[in-house]
Amino acid sequence: MGKSLSEIIISQHCQRDVKAGEIVLTPVDVCLLQDGTAPLAIRQLEKLGLKKLANPSRTVFFLDHAAPSPRRELSNDHKFIRDFVAQTGAQFSDIGGGISHQVINEYYVNPGDILIGADSHTCTGGALCAFSTGMGSSDVAVAMGLGKTWLRVPESFKIVVRGEFPLGVYAKDLILHFIGKIGADGATYKALEFCGETVENMTMSQRLTLSNMAVEAGAKVGLIAADKTTQKFLKEMGRGNKYREIKPEKDAVYERSIEIDVSRLEPQISFPHTVDNTRPLSQAQGVKIQQVFLGTCTNARLEDLKIFYEIVKGKKKNSSTRVIVTPASRKVYLDAMKSGYIQAFMEFGAEVLPSGCGPCVGVHGGVGADEDNILSTMNRNFRGRMGNPESNIYLASPAVCAATAIKGEIADPREFLTVKKGSSAKSSKKSSKQKKKK
Amino acid sequence: MTPKGSAWKFGDNISTDLIAPGRYFHLRSNLPEMAKHVMEDADPSFASKVNKGDFIVGGSNFGLGSSREHAPTIIKLAGVSAVLAKSFARIFYRNSINVGLPVLICDTDKIQTGDELEIDLVKGIILDRIRNLKLTFAPLPKVMINILNDGGLVAHIQKHGDFKLS
Ligand code: SF4
Repeated sequence: MGKSLSEIIISQHCQRDVKAGEIVLTPVDVCLLQDGTAPLAIRQLEKLGLKKLANPSRTVFFLDHAAPSPRRELSNDHKFIRDFVAQTGAQFSDIGGGISHQVINEYYVNPGDILIGADSHTCTGGALCAFSTGMGSSDVAVAMGLGKTWLRVPESFKIVVRGEFPLGVYAKDLILHFIGKIGADGATYKALEFCGETVENMTMSQRLTLSNMAVEAGAKVGLIAADKTTQKFLKEMGRGNKYREIKPEKDAVYERSIEIDVSRLEPQISFPHTVDNTRPLSQAQGVKIQQVFLGTCTNARLEDLKIFYEIVKGKKKNSSTRVIVTPASRKVYLDAMKSGYIQAFMEFGAEVLPSGCGPCVGVHGGVGADEDNILSTMNRNFRGRMGNPESNIYLASPAVCAATAIKGEIADPREFLTVKKGSSAKSSKKSSKQKKKK
Repeated sequence: MTPKGSAWKFGDNISTDLIAPGRYFHLRSNLPEMAKHVMEDADPSFASKVNKGDFIVGGSNFGLGSSREHAPTIIKLAGVSAVLAKSFARIFYRNSINVGLPVLICDTDKIQTGDELEIDLVKGIILDRIRNLKLTFAPLPKVMINILNDGGLVAHIQKHGDFKLS
């Protein structure tokens, strides 16, 4: 019996063959903590009496949730984290550095790693074929102190994606559609493995969007095989030497296999207040939107900003809609400035905030009013998520957000895209690849 | 351990945003203060009504969302002795055990707010005195029983120096 990606990675760490269902102790390669979860983790570590970190060069602290700090209590938490980092030699990304899940994958995570993060969207690292999963502060405290954790080796679902994305339809629409189909608890405790020609043709940016949302189906991890695209990404990020090919064994066992054809997929919208409350765009048009938010670890990479830019450049936002943009990381922010996107966003009428989580977590920088409808590129739309339980959050792709920012109500981006230019480099590159195959 | 108390019933998909709202993010280093807002966005008066020993009873997918361990911690600080649900989100479930809060998977459909419950954690039985119900709950993996019995993950590691899987 062959191994799934999860079984391969965990077996390598345990130095024996492990199978789904087993409970194992495993070494941990990378630990991630953010300003919301780190203070508790540090206190737990202190209670444990552990003064040293098992692996300071790969234990990374991020100030991204409340950055820059909007309150005294949070400033003191930030100081507490900075002091701990200075004492232990841990890695550190200060305010403005970006969202943990973006930066950790830009600089720290390699294929085949086990990454444990005190943040639920740690599963984003699955896009690099790292076994990446979210845990609480205590678990991560033990992992950074002892360098290990316990895991139940998950059963895997194989998600086979075929077909070419139609114009105006992206990885975000695919994952919203998938979660709508399987349900917010449809994959609880399971590992997702995304594969098939559509995933193979995806850029790393889109793969990160897919893996990021695995947890919204309840999954432990959302893995994608490490291939040429992974290699190219690592090279661009200056660590091509860390690449190794990882793919599931041929006769790997999957608990479920789900096929999705994207060639007829419409843009998707998740309605309030659960991510699986998904409907095709045609059933959502006309919903008035008071705030559009382009940001978060799901969809604020350069490619996402470019999609938004191509639709809004030279236009003016709707006067009754506020538009907020937070680039995913400082690198993304700088690249977007060089490309002219930031200038265009501001001319369009958007507010560009520092890179970080921004309004996503309901602390600052864009809390909605009572009864506001917010359309966001985020990964979750739970009641109260953005700081006000009386506002409504809808989820969509950057393209739908762009069209909506122009019209003031949920709108179809395809109206603003043409087949030739359209979703540009990405879709034309894909089609030429597919032509070659034929 | 046989905790007794009243049930507080909630629906499906109770997220960590409802349990520990993000607008109290600044209280994460002041958990007793944050506990005054526990479950606030699911039931604004819950924190003032709940008595020591009571139970939170959910539907399916209880605790979905973020990894904030503050969520089960403030449930425990509010005096709740266990959370019962048809199913739990993975991180919340693991966090609850780590902070020493029993989380029990059972069929909660018939339990209503105000029911008097009695739970035998060793035998795995839940009694609803009002509705004359006897429910069983799924056993935990051994490593989680060990952590829970030791009073949470920190105490567990302090005691054994490592995880005790069996
Ligand atoms: S952007 Fe939102 S979902 Fe992502 S890590 Fe930050 S708060 Fe969490």
